[in-house]
Amino acid sequence: MFRFILKRLGLAVLVAFTVSAISFALLFLAGDPATAIAGENAASEDIAIINAQYGFDRPLIVQYLDWLSKAVTGDLGQSWYFKLPVSQIIGDRLPTTMTLGLCAISFALILSIPMGVAAAARPNSIIDRFALFIAVVGQAIPSFWFGLLLVVFFSIQLGLVPASGSGTWRHFILPTVVLGYYATPAIMRLTRAGMIEVLSADYIRTARAKGLPTRKIMFKHALRNAIIPVVSLAAVQMGFMLGGSIVVESVFALHGAGFLAWESISRNDLPTMQALILIFSMFYITFTFLADVLNAWLDPRLRVG
Amino acid sequence: MSDPILSIRNLTVDLPKGGDRQYAVEQLSLEVAPREIVCIVGESGSGKSITSFATMGLLPKVLTPSTGEIRFGGQDLLALPASEHAKLRGSQMAMVFQEPMSALNPCYTVGTQIEEMFETHTELAKSERKARVMKLLEEVHLPDPARVYASYPHQLSGGQRQRIVIAMALALDPKLLIADEPTTALDLSTQAQILHLFKELREHHDAGIMFVTHDFDVVAEIADRVIVMQHGRIVEEGSAEEVLNRPKHPYTRLLIDAVPRRSRDARGAPAEDVLLSVNALNKIYHIPGNMFKQARDVHACKDINFSVRKGETLGIVGESGSGKSTLVKCLIRLEDPNSGEVLINGTDLASCSRKELHPYRKMIQIVFQDPYGSLNPRRTIGDQLIEGPVNFGADRAKSMERAKELMRIVRLDPDALNRYPNQFSGGQRQRICIARALMVEPKVLIADEAVSALDVSVQKEVLKLLNEIRDTLGLTVLFITHDLRVAAQVCDNLIVMQKGEIVERGNVEQVFGAPSSDYTKMLLDAQPGKDWDVPDISTLPPVAV
Repeated sequence: MFRFILKRLGLAVLVAFTVSAISFALLFLAGDPATAIAGENAASEDIAIINAQYGFDRPLIVQYLDWLSKAVTGDLGQSWYFKLPVSQIIGDRLPTTMTLGLCAISFALILSIPMGVAAAARPNSIIDRFALFIAVVGQAIPSFWFGLLLVVFFSIQLGLVPASGSGTWRHFILPTVVLGYYATPAIMRLTRAGMIEVLSADYIRTARAKGLPTRKIMFKHALRNAIIPVVSLAAVQMGFMLGGSIVVESVFALHGAGFLAWESISRNDLPTMQALILIFSMFYITFTFLADVLNAWLDPRLRVG
Repeated sequence: MSDPILSIRNLTVDLPKGGDRQYAVEQLSLEVAPREIVCIVGESGSGKSITSFATMGLLPKVLTPSTGEIRFGGQDLLALPASEHAKLRGSQMAMVFQEPMSALNPCYTVGTQIEEMFETHTELAKSERKARVMKLLEEVHLPDPARVYASYPHQLSGGQRQRIVIAMALALDPKLLIADEPTTALDLSTQAQILHLFKELREHHDAGIMFVTHDFDVVAEIADRVIVMQHGRIVEEGSAEEVLNRPKHPYTRLLIDAVPRRSRDARGAPAEDVLLSVNALNKIYHIPGNMFKQARDVHACKDINFSVRKGETLGIVGESGSGKSTLVKCLIRLEDPNSGEVLINGTDLASCSRKELHPYRKMIQIVFQDPYGSLNPRRTIGDQLIEGPVNFGADRAKSMERAKELMRIVRLDPDALNRYPNQFSGGQRQRICIARALMVEPKVLIADEAVSALDVSVQKEVLKLLNEIRDTLGLTVLFITHDLRVAAQVCDNLIVMQKGEIVERGNVEQVFGAPSSDYTKMLLDAQPGKDWDVPDISTLPPVAV
C-alpha cells in the first residue's frame, strides 16, 4: 500500500509540473503580453518599458522558474485588473467555491448511490424507472434554468431560502441542489450498471450460498466492487464542480472562484487566469490522487501484487 | 441405508416459454444418504446443475419449480420462505462451484470470507472464529494457514482457491454438500488432490455429498451411487459399480462408449518423410521492472526439439503453465521465438520476416478450444470460411464451392453456409472451425484443446472426424491437450511438457506403459478413475427400452 501511494504521489507531482508549464505558457499563447497590457496602439518605447518592468525580456526558462518558485511560496503575481496580489483575490473567493463544491458532491453521492443500488437490485421495476426518470431530467435540464425554477418556487413563492448571496449556510442550499443534481445522473447510472454486473458475478452466488442476508450481500459484497469506477468518476466531477461552477455561481450571485475565472477572461486579466488554471488543475490532480488511494484501499488487487 | 438427508420427489422446473423444451427438470426424484457420494452425470443441458441450484434455492428468477418437493431436515424447501431457506444455506447445506477463480470476492481476504460463515450463523467470539478458520484451512491441506488466512483470492492458485471454497462449505459441518463440477477447471494433479479431499470428507464428516459432473472418470474415482440425466430426466440410477460396468439405458451406454479408451486406435504407420521440425526453440517473456520491482524473464519454452512426419499425429501434453500454448503461438508466429528454427518442408518460419512469412501462413492452421468464442457472431459461416482463401488471392465463387465441399466433409449441410454461428451447437461450431482451418489447404493442423470444451459424445464425433480428415487429406496434426485419455487414443507419438521443457517423449505405448520421467508418472497416477476399464458396450446384453 505504501509503495502504491508513493508511486501515485510521484506521478501526481510529475503531472503537476507539466500542468504548471502549460499554464505558464498560456500567458504567451494569447499573444505578446506586453502589448496586451499596454493596449493595441501603444508606442514601442512603452512596450519596452513594460517588458523590462514585468521581466518579459528575460529568457523564457528563467521567467518560468522565477514564476514557479514564487507560485510555490504562494506568490501568484499581481492582477492586471484589480492591481492586487492574485493570491489575495483567490483567497477571498475560494472558500465559497470549496463550500459549494463539497456540499454539491456530497448531495450528488447521497442521492445517486442509494438510487443506483436500489435500481440495480430490481432492474426494470418501478424504482428503476423512477431513478431513470430522475437521471434523464437531470441530464436534460440546463443548470441555469433549473436554478431559476428553484429560485422562483422556493425563494419567491415560498420564501423559504434566500435567492442569492453567500452570507449564511441557507444561501448554499439551492446552489448545492442545482450543482449536485447536475452530477447525479452519471454517478447513478454508473452505480446501477456496476451493481448489475457485479450482482451476476460468481462470488455473489457464493455469498448467497453462504446464506448471508440480502442486505449484507448488497452492501458488503456487491457495492464495494461496484463502487470502484464510481470513485474515479466522482473525483473528476468534484474537480469539475470547483472549476466549472461558473453558471451556478452567476445565477445565485455567489462570488466564488468560478465566477472570478469568468470575470478574468472577460477582462483579459492573464495572471489571475493563469493562477486559477493552476489551482483548478491542482485540485483535479489532488482528487484523482485521493481517488486512486481510495480505490487501492477498496480493491486489494491494486495494492498487493 | 440410514434415512436420506435429501429427498427430491417429482421435481419439475419450468423453462421460460419459447425455449426448445418446456421443462429444465421434469419429474425428478432422488435421494442422498449420509456419508454417501451421489454423482449426477449428464451432458450440458441435462438439468443436473438446475437440480443442485433448486436444492440450494439459488435458481435464477426466470426458472421456477412448478411441482414436486425437496425434503430436507423434515421440511419441504420449496414451501419455505426465501429468508428461511437462506438460513439453511451455509449452515445445513453448502455448495462448491465450478469456477474457483471467480467464486471468491476479490475485495476481502479469504480468512474474512470464511469467517463470515461463523459470523452469519453462529454467536462465536472473534478469536474463536479465527481459530476455527485456521483449523479448516488445515483440514483442506492448505500450506501455511496463517499466510493463507491473510491472503486475497488473487494471491492464490486455482487449486488453493477451490480448497478455500471447500473449507467455507465445511465450516459449519453441513448435512448436505453439493459440488457442481468442482474439479472441471483444475489441472490433473490438482483435480486428484481435490477428489481425494472429497473422499476424506466422506470419511470424517457425516455429510451426504451430491456431486455434479460430466466426467465418467471422476465418477469412477469417487461415486457410491450414480444418477444419469438426459434432457431434464433421470434415465438411469444405480450403484457406481453397476452403472459404470453394466449400464442398462441406451443413453448411458452411448455416453460410456464415447469415453476415449486408454489405448491407441489401430492404424497404419505414417510416412517416413519429416514435414515439420522444431530445433532448439526458445521463447522468453521479459517482464519489465519498475522503480520497486526487478525485471525478470520467464522462460516459457526451453530448447524445444521435435519433428513430425507427414500424416502423423503428435500429442503435446501438459498442465497449465507448461508452455504448450506458447509453443503453439511460436509455431504459427503469433509470437516470435527468441531463438531456434521451425522448419516446414525445409523453410525456416522462425526467421522469416512478416512479409516473407505470408505465403507460409496457410501451411499451418489452428483450431482453438472455445468454439463459442472463435467464430464472429455477426458474419455468416460462409463469409468466415472463404475469408482465408480470398485473403490468399483465391476467387470468391471458387472458394464458396470449396466451402460447400468442406461442409460435407465435416458432415454439415452445405446449405447452412448462409447461417450465423448462433444457429449451431458447440460441436457443430467446432466442425465449422475445423472446416475453416482446412479452407487454405494446410499441411499441418494444430488442434489446441480442440475437444476439451465439448460433451463426451460430441467429443467422440469430433475426434473421429479429425482422424478421418487426417487420413484422407494426409494431414499432420499437432494435438495439444491436457486430457491423457484423449491423447492416448488419437496420437501416434507424444511429448510431455513441464515448465517450458519437454520432459518425456515417445510413442503412446512407451509414454503410458513405461514412462521415464517422474512428472509423467505423477500425471498418469493423478488420472481419476484409473482403475476403471471402460466396458465394451457391444458385449453387454441388449436391454429392451
